[in-house]
Amino acid sequence: MTTTNPEPSALSAPPTAQISPVAWAKRNLFSDWSNTILTVVCLGAIAWLAYGLLNWIFTQAQWQVISANLRLFFVGRYPAQLMWRPWTVLGIIALSAGLTWGILARSTWLFNQTGLVVLGVIAAICVALAVPVSLNTSLLLLAILGVSVAAAFAGQRIGQRFPTLVSWLPLIWLGIFFVVFGLIRGGLFLQEVRLDDLSGLLLTLLTAIVSIVLSFPLGVLLALGRQSNLPVVRWMSIGFIEIIRGLPLITILFMSSLLVPLVLPPNVRIDRVVRAIAGLTLFSAAYLAENVRGGLQSIPRGQSEAAKALGLSAPLVTVLIILPQALKAVIPTIVGQFISLFKDTSLLAIVGFAELLGISQSILSNPNFLGRYQEVYAFDTVIYFCCCYAMALASRRLERQLGTGQR
Amino acid sequence: MDEEKIPLWRDDRVLKVVGQVIAVIVFVTVMLILGSNIARNFQALGITFGFDFLGRAASFGIGDTPIPYTPSDSYGRAILVGLVNSLRVMILGIILATVVGITVGIARLSDNWLLRQIAGTYVELFRNTPLLLQLFCWYFAVFLNLPGDLQNPPRLPGPIFLTQRGVDMPWPSGTLQTWLSVAFLLVSAVLALIVWRRRVMVMVQRGESGRSLQLILIVIGVLALLALVFGLQWERPNLSDNAITGGLNLSPEFGAVLFGLVFYTAAFIAEVVRAGIQSVTKGQWEAARALGLQPGLAMRLVIFPQALRVMIPPLTSEYLNLAKNSSLAIAVGYADVYATSFTTSNQTGRTIEMILILMATYLAINLIISLGMNTFNRSVQLKER
Repeated sequence: MTTTNPEPSALSAPPTAQISPVAWAKRNLFSDWSNTILTVVCLGAIAWLAYGLLNWIFTQAQWQVISANLRLFFVGRYPAQLMWRPWTVLGIIALSAGLTWGILARSTWLFNQTGLVVLGVIAAICVALAVPVSLNTSLLLLAILGVSVAAAFAGQRIGQRFPTLVSWLPLIWLGIFFVVFGLIRGGLFLQEVRLDDLSGLLLTLLTAIVSIVLSFPLGVLLALGRQSNLPVVRWMSIGFIEIIRGLPLITILFMSSLLVPLVLPPNVRIDRVVRAIAGLTLFSAAYLAENVRGGLQSIPRGQSEAAKALGLSAPLVTVLIILPQALKAVIPTIVGQFISLFKDTSLLAIVGFAELLGISQSILSNPNFLGRYQEVYAFDTVIYFCCCYAMALASRRLERQLGTGQR
Repeated sequence: MDEEKIPLWRDDRVLKVVGQVIAVIVFVTVMLILGSNIARNFQALGITFGFDFLGRAASFGIGDTPIPYTPSDSYGRAILVGLVNSLRVMILGIILATVVGITVGIARLSDNWLLRQIAGTYVELFRNTPLLLQLFCWYFAVFLNLPGDLQNPPRLPGPIFLTQRGVDMPWPSGTLQTWLSVAFLLVSAVLALIVWRRRVMVMVQRGESGRSLQLILIVIGVLALLALVFGLQWERPNLSDNAITGGLNLSPEFGAVLFGLVFYTAAFIAEVVRAGIQSVTKGQWEAARALGLQPGLAMRLVIFPQALRVMIPPLTSEYLNLAKNSSLAIAVGYADVYATSFTTSNQTGRTIEMILILMATYLAINLIISLGMNTFNRSVQLKER
C-alpha cells in the first residue's frame, strides 16, 4: 500500500494497478473461506434466478399481450387518425435532444464507449421491433434515431461556433415543451384532443414533466419563504410544507379530485388531468422546498454578508449569490425528488386515470389477455426503470460537470 | 452626515410590514371565497357539515378484521378497523424493512464483489420502479398466482402453507396459558435487560468477570425459550380435505402490502445504511482492527454506533414514507384506514369530514413516529460537555 511516487505531480492520476483476472478473483471472491462460501452461495442464487427468468422469458411467457397492445401502452387511446402528431413530437424531441447533446459535448468526444453501447442497444431494439410490430414502425424509429445522431454532430459544430448558446438551452427547451404540448393537445388549426382523453405512457410523461416544471419554482419559493425573516410568510410556508408532507399523496389526489369541485364556484369546471397535476405539483413542491432548504442552510453566512457589503439589494443577493450555490449543492436530492415524482404519477391509476399503470390494468381486464400479469408488469417495470435510471445517470453527469463538492 | 428622510415606499421596515399585511389579507380573502363556495355548494347539494354519520351502520364488509366487525357496525367502527389494519402493516413493515435494509446496506459494502453486485442490483431495481407497480406485482403476479386448489399446497417448514387464500402459519392459541406465558416472557425480558446492564457495569467499573451474572442470564434465556416453545401453545395450521384450519391466516392482500412496502422501503434504507457506514472515517476501522477486534465485532461495537448518528434522521423520513405509502393498500383491496375512509366518503358523501379525519390520522401517526425517532436520536447522539 505504500508506494512512493518518484516525482509527485499534483495533476497526474494515481497509478492504476493492473492485476490478472485470477488475482482479482482471489482478492474479491475467494479471499478467505467465509468469502468463498458466500461466493458459491451467490453464484448458486444467480444461476437459479437467471435460469428461472430466462426460462420464463423464452418458453412460458406469452408476449402477444405486449406486442398486440404496444400502441395502447405508449399513447393510450390517442385518436388513430392523429397518430402523426405523437410521431412528430418524438421526432422533434429526438432532434432537439441530439442538438443539445452535441452542444453540451462541443469540446469532447461525442460518443464515448458507453454512449456507443447505449446507441447500439437502442438501434438493436428498433430493428428488433420489426418482428412483433411492423417494418414501417421499425424503419421510422431508425430514421428518428439517425436524425438524432446527425443532429448531435450538427450541434457540436453549432456549439463550437456559438459557445454562449449553452446558457440559453433551458429556455429553448421550455419553448420546445410548449410546441410539443400544443401538438399533442391540438387547438388553433389542429383538431383538438381533450386532456382528459390522454392515456398511456403519454399521460405519464405529460403529468410528470408538467409537475416537475411547475413544482421546481414553487418549491424554491416555499424554501425561501420558510427562511424568510417575515414571520407571516415564514409561518404560512411552514404550515403548508408540514401539512403536505404529513399526508400521503393519495389523500392529496383524493382531495384534488373530490374537494376541488366543492370549493370552486358551481359554474367553474377544471379538467381532471389539470386537477391531478395540481395535486402532484403541490405535493412535490413541499418536498422540494425541504431539499432546497438544506442547500440554503449549507451556504455560509459570509456569502450573503459579502454580497450585501458589495451593495446588492436583498432580492439580488438571493437570486445571484445564494440560490445558484444552494441549488448546485442539492442537485442529487432534487433529481431524486423528480424521480420519485415520476414514479408517483403511477398513483393516478388509483384515482381512475389510464396512465401507463392504469392502461396496463385495463388491458389486463380484457378477456383476451386474462391472467397475463407477469408479462405486462415486467414490461412496465422495464419502462419505468429505464426512465428513472436515465434521470439518475443524467443527475450524476450534471453533478460531475458542475463540480459539486468542490469549492 | 445629514439625516436624509427615506421615502415610505423605500423604507425597508415599512415594506416588510406592508408585505405581511398584504399576505394576510390575500390569504384570508382566498379562504373566505373558498369557504363561501363550500357553503353554497353544500346548500345546492343539500348536505350539512357534521360527524353524526359516524354512528350510522356502515353496511360494507371488510376482508381483514383484526378486531371484531360486522357490516351492521357503525362507520366509526369500520374506520377503526381500518386504522388497526394500517397500524399492523406499518409496525410490521418498519421492523422488517429495517432488518432487510440493514442487511442489504451492509452487503453493499461487503468484501465479496458478487454480493456487492447483487445488493446493488436489488437496490437500483426496487428504487427505480414505482411502489404501486411492485404492489400489483406482489398481489396479482405472486400471491394470486399461488396454487388455488388445496390438495397439495407449497409447504414451508413450520408448517407454513402458501395458497391463494394467503399464508397460513402457526400462532399461539390465546388460552389462559398463552397469556401467562406472554406475561412470563415480558417479565424475563425486563429481568434479562436489568441483569445485562448490571453485568456490564460490574465488568467495566469493578473489573470483575461477571461470570455469576452470566449464569443468571443463561438460566433466564433457557426458561424464556421453554416458555416460547411449549408455554404459548402454538396452534398449527392443519391441512384436511380442501381446507386449512387453525393457526393464523394472513390474507394475500395483507401479504402483498407488507411485502411490497418492506422490499421497497428496504432498498431506500439500504442506501441510508451504506451512506451512514461510509461516513465513518477509515481510521476508525483501522484503529478497531489494530485493537484486535474481529471484522464483525468492529462493525458492531465501533462502526455501527457511529454510523447510527448519521443514519437516524434519513431513517426517520424513510419510516414516515413507509407509513404514508401504506395508504396504497387500497389498490390491492386491503382495508386500511384510507380504504375504509374512502368507502365511507363514497357512501355518505361526507368528503370534507372524511378528509379531515384522514388528515388528523396521518398527521398524528407521523407525529408519533417523529417523536419516537427524535427521542431515539437524542439517546445516540454524542453527549457533549
